[in-house]
Amino acid sequence: MNYDVVVIGAGPAGMAAAVKLAKLGTSVCVVDEQPAPGGQIWRGVERNATSPVFNALGEDYQKGSFATAAFHAAGIDYQPSAQVWQIEDGWKVFLTAEGKSRCITAKAVLLANGAQERSVPFAGWTLPGVMTVGAAQILLKSGGMLPEGDVWIAGAGPLPLLYATQLLELGGKVAGYIDTSQKPSLKALSHLPAAWRDFPGLMKGLRWIWKLRRSGKLIRGIHNLRATGEGQLCQIEWESKGNTHKRDAGVLLVHEGVVPRIHETMALGCDHDWNDQQKYFAPRTDEWGQTSRKGIFVAGDAGGIGGWKAATVSGEIAGFGIARFLNIGIDAEKLRRDAALDDRRKRATALRPLLDALYAPPQTPIADDVVVCRCEEVSAGRIREAARASAPDVGAVKAATRCGMGPCQGRQCGYSVQALVAEVNNLPVGDVRFFNIRPPLKPVTLGEIATLQDVEL
Amino acid sequence: MFRSVTAGLKEQADMTVYVNGVATPAWDGETVASILLRVPNVGRQTPVSGETRLPYCQMGVCFECLAVVDGVSSVQGCLTPLKNGMRIERQRGRREVGQ
Ligand SMILES: Cc1cc2nc3c(=O)[nH]c(=O)nc-3n(C[C@H](O)[C@H](O)[C@H](O)COP(=O)(O)OP(=O)(O)OC[C@H]3O[C@@H](n4cnc5c(N)ncnc54)[C@H](O)[C@@H]3O)c2cc1C
Ligand code: FES
Repeated sequence: MNYDVVVIGAGPAGMAAAVKLAKLGTSVCVVDEQPAPGGQIWRGVERNATSPVFNALGEDYQKGSFATAAFHAAGIDYQPSAQVWQIEDGWKVFLTAEGKSRCITAKAVLLANGAQERSVPFAGWTLPGVMTVGAAQILLKSGGMLPEGDVWIAGAGPLPLLYATQLLELGGKVAGYIDTSQKPSLKALSHLPAAWRDFPGLMKGLRWIWKLRRSGKLIRGIHNLRATGEGQLCQIEWESKGNTHKRDAGVLLVHEGVVPRIHETMALGCDHDWNDQQKYFAPRTDEWGQTSRKGIFVAGDAGGIGGWKAATVSGEIAGFGIARFLNIGIDAEKLRRDAALDDRRKRATALRPLLDALYAPPQTPIADDVVVCRCEEVSAGRIREAARASAPDVGAVKAATRCGMGPCQGRQCGYSVQALVAEVNNLPVGDVRFFNIRPPLKPVTLGEIATLQDVEL
Repeated sequence: MFRSVTAGLKEQADMTVYVNGVATPAWDGETVASILLRVPNVGRQTPVSGETRLPYCQMGVCFECLAVVDGVSSVQGCLTPLKNGMRIERQRGRREVGQ
């Protein structure tokens, strides 16, 4: 199939862009690996409208109903449950749905593929019972699943706070909430005046913290958190003020912020910049969201973490940018001004410098015996050893240890390996490059590729 | 480890799936990955040390949720919604990767 535009991701950014593009008369196809539109924030919003979890998920979640309704009404070709695993020049987009592969072509591609949680290895993080806060929240949005037993939350950032309040609202129980964020620095507080521009956002955060304090389960000032158990999480341990603490635990949910999903833009060879405060790479774009590769656009969290409001605005901007690129005779600058998109973006990102400064990624070195690459079970010690024996290059470490070669293709270990190579070589982290990402972006079975022969390329 | 809020409200489950051959009630909206968390002994075994893993991210970026679904191995469980009658078994060994 041929389209003007293929949009990858039906979250706030992808939907906003697709709706704009369809209204401007272009042919749009939106591909998403989830079975329904909404992205991360609004996952399952249509199905949940009649579920008991709908109220507990809160106002921001409920707003997703309007966005998905507008999306369905816009006459967009929407392909759910379809995973994109390769993008080739000319733009050919290869995807798999229900075990069958297809190739669709387009003049422009918008990557609105969002973010993933930052993975921070610690002792015991591979034990069954340990998972991310985002994972638990997805379970809540997908099947109304609540964790049972001694449930611990350990992390920093808005998502664990939001999840904890959603859980408590639904009658779930939390044994304890370990806040791993550092004490707010003066630098963080200096961002407060700008944050007031997003007053409701700030109030929401304060309300979450207040609710948690009142529950008496907030623990702070800890280090060296670890999970223990034989083949299953049984206890968590940590150090605080010189003492070791141990608690029974059935579920441990961890979270240290989110980072853009960059495998797609990396594989396409787009230029990326290093965000040293948040320690992630993001594709470099112009003011319309176009990357260094002509016709490849990025919007939403995939281009740098900004939250759903900023994602919506950047989706609209990229929509106009793509229409401009397609040369369909519109005045994109005027449309952008009329919709006050730059003002809206300023407001939507007002809280971000405060959040980024408050929740800087943890910088604690990973202990040698901790598994860093979950797929190939490579420890930090082995990565350090390989890094000492080679040039400061993650590729050499990968070849020597197999880390990053498993099915997740470095999505979990990438930044940790980069940080370890930097540490061993005494280099700033941003000076070490990321894994070299090659297609397929997701492991594709030979059976899936075989189905491609049936289609015209 | 997890239970559905709907489980207490509805008299009957929305569907039945077969986990390692055992009939298991399931709820609309659930994925294969959520079954792996609810039912013992279906978590994937790592090809390196053989230890058991359970879904970690639920959003397609860790591959800890691989399972054999209706006879097809290496299915990413968190991206696979449950269907009535689905058969789910434990994944052992490496995933076959296309070149
Ligand atoms: C686990 C998680 C939970 C979050 N929960 C919240 C929350 O409750 N509240 C909040 O304010 N913010 C939340 N966020 C932050 C969130 O990233 C943004 O607020 C918002 O969802 C960003 O919108 P987006 O359109 O940029 O991307 P997303 O909403 O992430 O949408 C991206 C979409 O792209 C799809 N996709 C990615 N790669 C592919 C591929 N290769 N093929 C096909 N489809 C693909 C994904 O399935 C997804 O639907 C969460 C983030 C994460 C990672
Ligand atoms: S649980 Fe991480 S990929 Fe499915």
